Amino acid sequence: MSATATQSAKTAQAAMPLIEARNVTRILPGIVPTTLVQGVNLAIRDNEFVAITGPSGSGKSSLLYLLGLLDLPTTGEVLIRGHATAHMTEEERAFTRLTLLGFVFQFHFLLPEFSVLDNVMLPMRALGRLSADAMRARARDLLGALGLGDHMTKRPDQLSGGQRQRVAVARAMANEPPIILADEPTGSLDSKASEQVFEVLRDLVDRHGKTVVAVTHDLGLASRMHRRIELMDGAIVGDKATAGAR
Amino acid sequence: MNLIFEIALTHVRARVRQTGFAVAGVATGVGFSIMMASLMQGSQDDFTQRLINTLPHVTVSDERRTPPPQPAEVMFGAVEIHGLTPEARRPGIKNPLAIMAALEAWVPGGVAPSVKVQAIIRYANHDIATSVTGIDPRRESKVSELPKQMRGATLTALYRATNAIIIGDRLSQKIGARIGANITLQTSQGARINAQVVGFFHTGVRQTDEGTAYVLTKTGQILAQQTGLINELRIRLNDPLQAREIAARVENDTGYKSVSWQEAFEDLIATFIIRNIIMFAVVGAILLVASFGTYNIISTITHEKARDIAIMKSLGLRESTVRMIFVVEALIIGLVGALAGFVFGYLLCVGLGSIKITNPFIDSNYLPLAYTYTHYLLAGMVALVSSVIAGYQPARKAARLHPVEIIRGAT
Repeated sequence: MSATATQSAKTAQAAMPLIEARNVTRILPGIVPTTLVQGVNLAIRDNEFVAITGPSGSGKSSLLYLLGLLDLPTTGEVLIRGHATAHMTEEERAFTRLTLLGFVFQFHFLLPEFSVLDNVMLPMRALGRLSADAMRARARDLLGALGLGDHMTKRPDQLSGGQRQRVAVARAMANEPPIILADEPTGSLDSKASEQVFEVLRDLVDRHGKTVVAVTHDLGLASRMHRRIELMDGAIVGDKATAGAR
Repeated sequence: MNLIFEIALTHVRARVRQTGFAVAGVATGVGFSIMMASLMQGSQDDFTQRLINTLPHVTVSDERRTPPPQPAEVMFGAVEIHGLTPEARRPGIKNPLAIMAALEAWVPGGVAPSVKVQAIIRYANHDIATSVTGIDPRRESKVSELPKQMRGATLTALYRATNAIIIGDRLSQKIGARIGANITLQTSQGARINAQVVGFFHTGVRQTDEGTAYVLTKTGQILAQQTGLINELRIRLNDPLQAREIAARVENDTGYKSVSWQEAFEDLIATFIIRNIIMFAVVGAILLVASFGTYNIISTITHEKARDIAIMKSLGLRESTVRMIFVVEALIIGLVGALAGFVFGYLLCVGLGSIKITNPFIDSNYLPLAYTYTHYLLAGMVALVSSVIAGYQPARKAARLHPVEIIRGAT
């Protein structure tokens, strides 16, 4: 392939949204069906730092799970790098999560019986592309970069809340996914730890070129991201660049 | 270490007490299964061994399976005969020495002639129906264990007196006869002789020890009132399990009814099958109960680990991987339980085998137990399979958990 063709392919990829939601609706079935997300149209591009905000029950986390292929829309579809996901098998969705998406939840959700290092290595081992030594080296690098170099052999219950959440970020980064989806990543932390985790996420965007989509209640933090999408009753009521935008 | 195995091992090791109970359940099941199989097989083998040691492996008698065909039946294709009494034949095997020589040429074992007569032993106001067998003491060792089963004398004692007789030890106790006692033998044909008890034997089979006596062939022929009579050829084989095939061939060659020890005790051997069915049913039930323990622990782990399952799935682990983790956990419990059960089963067998049994119906002082790796293999396999089956259902359920529901519940 010529240099011009390669350049044009890269340009086309850059122009293509990384994640796209097309008229996505999610209704929970039941005696009284509950609409979680309603008619959401959304495009998130490379290297964006996006906040999803809204009051409790507005469908922020539900939208994040739909974007992360953890849940399936009732109608509409989610595209990852232009690929439709509606007809993917469970295995294909699992593989997409393993390679393209990294999750950070409100609670760290680390495996309690495993060491910090083992927790970070878990996605790499599930993917199985690297040798054991290479996985260990990468996990050490990630933890070191997040200031956890001295805690690798500890169990999650031996760490503080902020440290656990940083381990969760390291785990989300393990397979070098282009997208990190964070569900209230600072929700259970004090202000100091929140700030640390936020800086880690911002660093992922600014220095590592990742795309981070984070659900948050904290409007202060949201205003420091690039873009803020506001939800109300499952629908987008606002989508604008913030003060933190470059 | 493999990821699935490592997670599975971590889960079961994290719950030492619960896992210990599940393993103990499987081990108990496997241990008792091995003990039971060993006991059943041991008693069966012991009984079979007694039969094989006591009786000839093949008995050729002077009877025929079917009455000889009438000349008219030979001449015509369809004949109807009424009121016919079968031809009376002279008892005994024709040309017994020639038949013996022919058999000895190919039969893998020994052949000996004998005369079998039914008689009543009379002694001290006792009348006991007895099967009297006339034997050649020099050939007897080729066809039976009788020389080894003698008590207080050897078989050659039969040569010591005129009309010497060797009787079973239980028979001697029954009638109170000691060595040197003079007893009377009387047949239904009216023959009557006096015989001197020169020895006892003990086979361990009650029926034989209470109702059998041995005399010299000549004495037997006198009792049967027929000089030169040989009405039974007894064959002992190097491999007793070949008896059926050998008996069929002998019958085909000689025309005389040849009965293998298996045929003679067909009803009894058939009960072994029923015993084995009972044994397998009980062993299966024991292991089934043990598998409930495995089901319980795997269900508990999957319930407790619902959040971890959700996380693993959200990270991108496939359903099949998650399912396999819990199946492997069940397998670990089954495997450790089986190995512990092997040790437990062996110790149970050793313990059971060392208990002294005093029972008038059993000669052996100790319970007969069979030690064979087959029992261990079988119990281990059933334990593993039942553990996997027990673990599969909760594993499948766990793998199907919707991560969002768990994550929502946790937050």
